[in-house]
Amino acid sequence: MTTESHVHHPNYVKIWAILVALLIVSVLGSLSSIRGVILVAAFGVAIVKAYLVAKNFMHVTVEKRWVPYLLVVMIAFVVILFAGVAPDVMRHDGLHWSNDAAKQTVETGMKAAPKQ
Amino acid sequence: MSEQVQHAGHDHPEPGFFLKYCWSTDHKMIAMQYLFTGMAMAMIGGFLAYVFRMQQGFPNHYVPGFGLVTPGRYNEVVTMHGTIMIFWVAMPVLIAAFGNYLIPLMIGCDDMAFPRINRLSYQIFLLSAIVLLGSFLVKGGAFGGAWTAYPPLSASGAYNLTPIGATLWLLAVALEFVAFLLGGINFTVTVMNSRAPGMKMFDIPILIWMIVLATVIFMASAGPLIAGAVMLLFDQTMATGFYDPVRGGDPLLWQHLFWFFGHPEVYVVLLPAMGIVAEIIAVFARKKLFGYKSMLYSTWGVGILSFVVWAHHQFVAGIDPRMANVFTVTTLLISIPVAELVFLYIATLYGGSIRLDTPMLWALGFLAEFLIGGVTGIFLGSSGTDIYLHDTYFLIAHFHYTFVPIAIISVFAGITFWYPKMFGRMMNETLGKIHFWGTVIPFNVIFIPLFMTGMAGDQRRIYSYAQFAEQSRPALQHLRTTSTIGLLVMLSFQLIFIFNFFWSMRNGKRAEANPWRSTTLEWTVPSPPPHGNFAELPTVYRGPYEYGLPGRADDYWPQNAPN
Amino acid sequence: MSATAKPIANTRSVTGIPTARLITWWVIASEIVIFGGLLAAYLMHRLGHPEWAASASHTNTWAGAFNTFVLLTSSLCAVLAHKAADALDGPRAARLLRLTALGGVIFLTVKGFEWTTDIREGFVISSGGFWSYYYTLAGLHGLHVLAGAVIMLIVASDAAKNRELQRVECIGLYWHFVDIVWIFLFPLLYIAR
Repeated sequence: MTTESHVHHPNYVKIWAILVALLIVSVLGSLSSIRGVILVAAFGVAIVKAYLVAKNFMHVTVEKRWVPYLLVVMIAFVVILFAGVAPDVMRHDGLHWSNDAAKQTVETGMKAAPKQ
Repeated sequence: MSEQVQHAGHDHPEPGFFLKYCWSTDHKMIAMQYLFTGMAMAMIGGFLAYVFRMQQGFPNHYVPGFGLVTPGRYNEVVTMHGTIMIFWVAMPVLIAAFGNYLIPLMIGCDDMAFPRINRLSYQIFLLSAIVLLGSFLVKGGAFGGAWTAYPPLSASGAYNLTPIGATLWLLAVALEFVAFLLGGINFTVTVMNSRAPGMKMFDIPILIWMIVLATVIFMASAGPLIAGAVMLLFDQTMATGFYDPVRGGDPLLWQHLFWFFGHPEVYVVLLPAMGIVAEIIAVFARKKLFGYKSMLYSTWGVGILSFVVWAHHQFVAGIDPRMANVFTVTTLLISIPVAELVFLYIATLYGGSIRLDTPMLWALGFLAEFLIGGVTGIFLGSSGTDIYLHDTYFLIAHFHYTFVPIAIISVFAGITFWYPKMFGRMMNETLGKIHFWGTVIPFNVIFIPLFMTGMAGDQRRIYSYAQFAEQSRPALQHLRTTSTIGLLVMLSFQLIFIFNFFWSMRNGKRAEANPWRSTTLEWTVPSPPPHGNFAELPTVYRGPYEYGLPGRADDYWPQNAPN
Repeated sequence: MSATAKPIANTRSVTGIPTARLITWWVIASEIVIFGGLLAAYLMHRLGHPEWAASASHTNTWAGAFNTFVLLTSSLCAVLAHKAADALDGPRAARLLRLTALGGVIFLTVKGFEWTTDIREGFVISSGGFWSYYYTLAGLHGLHVLAGAVIMLIVASDAAKNRELQRVECIGLYWHFVDIVWIFLFPLLYIAR
């Protein structure tokens, strides 16, 4: 069926090696006790890894233009969902309201939890 | 079976009954499966409406054909009416049936791009319908926690009293979503990739655009609810606390996930209905559709805006008041592109040579009735007035002024318009007109009184107002009874349609290929179209709405005619 | 109908993208919102409930990291299979696809051991908010791994006979997407605390 490729194949093993190195970075970072380092090691690296996979393994950058746009729009919808829902669910009080049940669970949970 | 034989159509032996009607991959047969399943479900949904309206009109009387309506049964009947009418009538008929039938014919190819996925989609849909109807038979009865399934009512059998029914309801809805994701992705891919040579982006008939945009909106909005449904299922069956605030969850989350899907869903069913009406108006006004591109851009606007209005369903649910302000503004904004669409239809009618055949009557009926639905929506979209009107019969009436035009009126428009193509016979015009007036007039008799009872304060989902001192308004009873009588009249007129539908299949006047003198590709093939649709696959030379052209022998110019 | 009978609709390519790859992109797009909705729900709860960190510290970071490694490696096999298919070397593509599926099996096996340990320690799906999301997110992802591995073996059996080679790339795309989901699940469930 497919007789000729629409993509140029880069050196995949090299990209895989970079991904594994990034994985090691994020695991090592997680051993740190500084919150900022953990977060960057975890999520900053995850974004880079996801980009590398999407670019080199899924070839989104050489696909027709609208395909990456479509994927980004889908992610944007998720962001909209988060933005619309988080004020009610993530926060436990606001203008003229307070979610006492949630506050209660946080309080009892924090007491029960061992000191970090 | 080789490719050649399959496409030659008339050469291969007639398949057996099962293969022909139940295992076919032909898009036309799958469309018929969806259409007939949807019509059967519509009858069930209509019967349920009859049951609870009888309880409202004549409280605590024996309902013929059902029996006495107890509070629990009332909840089940109301829940299932909403669920069935939206998920098992509007969706399968408007999108799946018309989409399946018309997409390959209107874009000029032989079938869907993935016929077996198409067949699988219907089979999963049928399974979902069976699961849903089966839930009437389980212990405790069908789900009685309202079609929006808000937790904690839906999450705990101790609250909704229908523990098995609630789980089956969730499973049925989830299966139905899978069916429409499969079908919808297939639709989108087919329209994007399989169009006839020469059919450019702006040569696609508006109905096909609308169906594709609707399926894309469905795809983008259903995901979070699928995830939410899994979470609710675990809350029901595995004692998790996703929606239980005492255990770290939040019931508001379900409402958000539900309406993040639920509001785009309104436009998922509205857009195909708008598309059907657009096709019919252009044909019967013998005029080029006014502002094809404006229509498309408005539709895209509707599609994008539909994702940022969902919380207007939750103004009284305890959402953050500042968010309520945002959602009021976006909700009022979305009425602009929708109004734009209606203006474009009216502009198309202006100066046309209008023929009032039955499909056109339905199309005009859609515009008139949907307008009332749209205008009353403004009061509900503004958080200030919504706080008073929320959960009253005003909302019910508004909602039905949008959904009855969408799921009933435009479907009748579509069926009467494409019936000659589907079955090769014309429907009876006189019966069609009687049916039209017998449906549209009683429809207003049902819901105008409900606007009034709603404004007077009647809450929805109350099985008997006499049971609640603060709800009991005996002075309103005549309005509730009027509404019920309207429903009885409207339902009885549907018998005329059913008779006309089946009688015309055998006895109607034989339909030629193009009885309405239309330009689009589905009218260039014989009625009904053979397997493989086109004897010779067409090439497209122009847009779909070339009507009333001066200097031509015919007043229409088919899309596939070279000159 | 035999597997090879295709309508003309399937063979057209107006967008310039073959139908098989086009439908794969749409499947991925619709999957983004499914996982996205669940992840968004988890994230906003997690940020609102600092006490969940205590539960999260019980997860086994090393098992999660090993599984990330397994999925990354299987993704490499999948993309090498795509390269082989482009070179019209069906048998090689099939071998690589089977290797990819093996990666999926290893992933699920590790997951199984991990969950067994969690459950032995008393952390079940109803043990609290974090655990509910932990099992649901990883379970949904695990189902995708399982489905992907099964489809991959079917595609491989065709590819071995040099049939339907265009499917190799499509199942690969899906597999990379599942990999990316895990790339985000790993820090969310195992690292952040």
